Amino acid sequence: MTTIVTLTFDGQPLTASPGQSVGAALTDAGVRSWRTTRRGGRPRGLFCGIGVCFDCLITVDDVADQRACLVPVRDGMVVRSDSDE
Amino acid sequence: MSRYDVIVVGGGPSGLAAAAAASGNGLRVALVDASSQIGGQYWRRPSDQAAAQQGTTLESLRRRLIDVDHYPEHQVWLLEPGGEHSLHLAPVHESVRTAAPPVLRARSLILCPGAYDRQLPIPGWDLPGVMAAGGVQALVKAHGVLPGRRAVVAGTWPFLLPVARQLAEAGAEVVAVCDANSLAGWLRTPLGAMAVPAKMGEAVSYAAAFARHRIPFRTRTIVASIEGGDKVDAVRLRKVDRAGTETLDGIDLVALGWGFTPSLELILAAGAATRVDLDESLVAVVDSWQRTDVAGVYVAGEATGVGGALLALAEGELAGLAAARDQGRSVDRGRAGRLQRQVRRGRAFATAMHRAHPLPPDWQDWLEPDTTVCRCEEVTVQDIRDACQSLGAVDARTAKLLARPGMGWCQGRVCGFASAKLAQGKGKRLAVNDLAPMSKRSIAMPVSLERLATDEAH
Amino acid sequence: MTTPDVLIIGAGALGAATAWFATRAGLSVEVVEQGQVASGTTSSCEGNLLVSDKEAGPELDLALLSLAAWREELGEHGSLWEFEQKGGLVVSSTVDSAAGLAQLAERQRIAGVEVLDLAPEAIPDYEPHLTRELSGAAFYPQDCQVQPMLVAAHLLRMARERGAEVRTGTRVVGFLRDGDRILGVRTDRGDRYGGCVVNAAGTWAGEVAALAGVEVPILPRRGFILVTQPLPPTVFHKVYAGEYVASTQSSGEGLQTSTVVEGTQAGTILIGSSRERVGFDRSVSPRALREIAAKALVLYPSLSRAKVMRSYLGFRPYCPDHLPVIGPDPRAPGLWHAAGHEGAGIGLSAGTAKILVQALLGEATDLDISPFAPERFAMMEAS
Repeated sequence: MTTIVTLTFDGQPLTASPGQSVGAALTDAGVRSWRTTRRGGRPRGLFCGIGVCFDCLITVDDVADQRACLVPVRDGMVVRSDSDE
Repeated sequence: MSRYDVIVVGGGPSGLAAAAAASGNGLRVALVDASSQIGGQYWRRPSDQAAAQQGTTLESLRRRLIDVDHYPEHQVWLLEPGGEHSLHLAPVHESVRTAAPPVLRARSLILCPGAYDRQLPIPGWDLPGVMAAGGVQALVKAHGVLPGRRAVVAGTWPFLLPVARQLAEAGAEVVAVCDANSLAGWLRTPLGAMAVPAKMGEAVSYAAAFARHRIPFRTRTIVASIEGGDKVDAVRLRKVDRAGTETLDGIDLVALGWGFTPSLELILAAGAATRVDLDESLVAVVDSWQRTDVAGVYVAGEATGVGGALLALAEGELAGLAAARDQGRSVDRGRAGRLQRQVRRGRAFATAMHRAHPLPPDWQDWLEPDTTVCRCEEVTVQDIRDACQSLGAVDARTAKLLARPGMGWCQGRVCGFASAKLAQGKGKRLAVNDLAPMSKRSIAMPVSLERLATDEAH
Repeated sequence: MTTPDVLIIGAGALGAATAWFATRAGLSVEVVEQGQVASGTTSSCEGNLLVSDKEAGPELDLALLSLAAWREELGEHGSLWEFEQKGGLVVSSTVDSAAGLAQLAERQRIAGVEVLDLAPEAIPDYEPHLTRELSGAAFYPQDCQVQPMLVAAHLLRMARERGAEVRTGTRVVGFLRDGDRILGVRTDRGDRYGGCVVNAAGTWAGEVAALAGVEVPILPRRGFILVTQPLPPTVFHKVYAGEYVASTQSSGEGLQTSTVVEGTQAGTILIGSSRERVGFDRSVSPRALREIAAKALVLYPSLSRAKVMRSYLGFRPYCPDHLPVIGPDPRAPGLWHAAGHEGAGIGLSAGTAKILVQALLGEATDLDISPFAPERFAMMEAS
């Protein structure tokens, strides 16, 4: 079992521990928001942290609108911020 | 499609206890849970840490689940009640590898959906760096991540204490823990404290930890507003009964919780009767065997009334025994009687907790007109007031349909309580009819059109 | 306390529009409603103002009149209820259905409807995400959409500003009469009188009429709508499959589904439609949801990963001949009806209210209301 997982966030490499969520990995890397709201353009990141609030939606491996707090990191994962265009 | 004698939804203390009891009494049991590992929010731990390290209760439960079919990382998106109940499942995210059958059916359902932090809107609460207290705990405990260096923990309810302690032990500076209530409120309820004496020991250990980490505990204090541009920078505090604020600068994390909101959508989908608990949460009505008024549907844990893990364990086991008994198995009546007494004691303790931690009666006055209430649809306090004052909404459902709070991604999970209170105005208690429209979710979890289109036919 | 000129039963789109047109004509108005503002079928529909789905005849004439009322009398308020003239696109996937649509379009043109026939290669200019497997389409630029709850709530607000009284949570349990003549209603919160009583109780209008001793055969016809997550603009018009028209005109009891897809200003996409006669059964039907989703994906394959956030159901007020019931009821003098518009009540509300108020005032109506006569069913049976 690997002890370090490497993923990319908006093209930047990021390391995480196996079993961490994408949201946890981003938080650990100092990233606090990765989405803006549809109307006000307000930044959003983790809020409830347990899959309830859907604030932390993110694109993982080209699949949009995944809850960052629930998706576990995987080696080679490509994570993109959603501009919610 | 797979058939079981009983399906348990939720892998926290009540769900595990229910599954173990039902399985131990000879029923064929399925356990559906959103998480990849059993334990729920209560027994969160890093994924590489075995259940054994969490202590004996979880480990002993785990050993009793050997004959249970566990479907992790799945959520129910549709509950269809009937003579035989059907649960339609979907994976919680797209990279789930263990596919569960799309539909599970069983004569009995034990619903243990748990609860999440209740929130009240606060000016600035939608800034990154503001999180639900439970989310902060999950990051620290399960993911080993410290979401901030200088933290404020605020709201009400004893749950703020472990969150503050875990933050401090993980290396954060906890600048303030603010409870809107006073400790005196707790001391006024000796019945509650006596009912579960172990809890007093817990309180003493928190006091010691707070002293060790020099965590300032402020009673009768709330967060008046959270300041920042694209993230939290500062927090303004005020006393509940006094004007004037104090600003704490250089804050990068605010953890908020005002008690808990049980997840009621599956219970409502089953058609079970609900009531409003002391804390104004919508909860299931159950009898002394955890049975709802819908044949074959049982509820255990926070969804019968927020009361903590010990109560949830007793209720879960009782529900498992009840399902077995109702399906003609002979169960240990002595054990059931003991559990029923535990539940009554736990309920008395929970009542005392709720009495000691009410929401501040004036919280609606602290909001600004432009304070966001619904984070998903960006509905403000003023939007809801307009729907009520100029468009004639006098109830939560109409306010929701006109102003859209609770109409976004989370379907009112976060703002449902506050929206219902705002629609109602100050000084009244919510009724079932105020809360049910904010808690009902025809589709319990968002599901892709493709999955819907290929859903299994009868 | 004075007796209002008009006592309206129902605070949905029909009752609200009637209140607005009546107060505008200087009549005093009171509205009683068993639930809340817009809490019946008005809160569980899409808010369509369509001419495209109507066969030439009285309903289409009413739709055209109604459309004019939305644009003229109500035009200045359009932004309050998200009025949008988005246009409707009716698509056909087979050569036969394309021929059927072309014939329908021809009859509609004669009645005054604008229709553009589109060749398959022109369709992507209108709807780039629509499947390319289509044999043709017709574009109806006059089709519009509104947010129906906001329609009812704002019309009632404006009526209140002209003195109308709105009593919600007030259920009609009987009628007050003097001989045959209707004087008012008995409610669970006291008696309410009116110079005349307008039954705008939507799907419940048949039950209300029965309390007055008259039969108006309005029955619930259940429909589900799926609501997707907010998405970037994907569906630009109201898009529906040709068989939708046949489906609206059918009368079967069993489940029928036909595709309707449209975007909203909130970013969600509304996906319908289903029809079944199951009384007021509010349980979710997985089969209806599945069929609606599957058929929608045939038209919009690119939506397969879009998440459905919720579904809702409503009960269309269905009449056996698919025409609404509008006008005075000779069997109960003083009682008027404005109900039974099936799936078209929001769109038809403005025109219905306009001609109903004209008739109430004894003026010539802009449209002959005799095809909508409440007593027509009894006459049909007798003949």
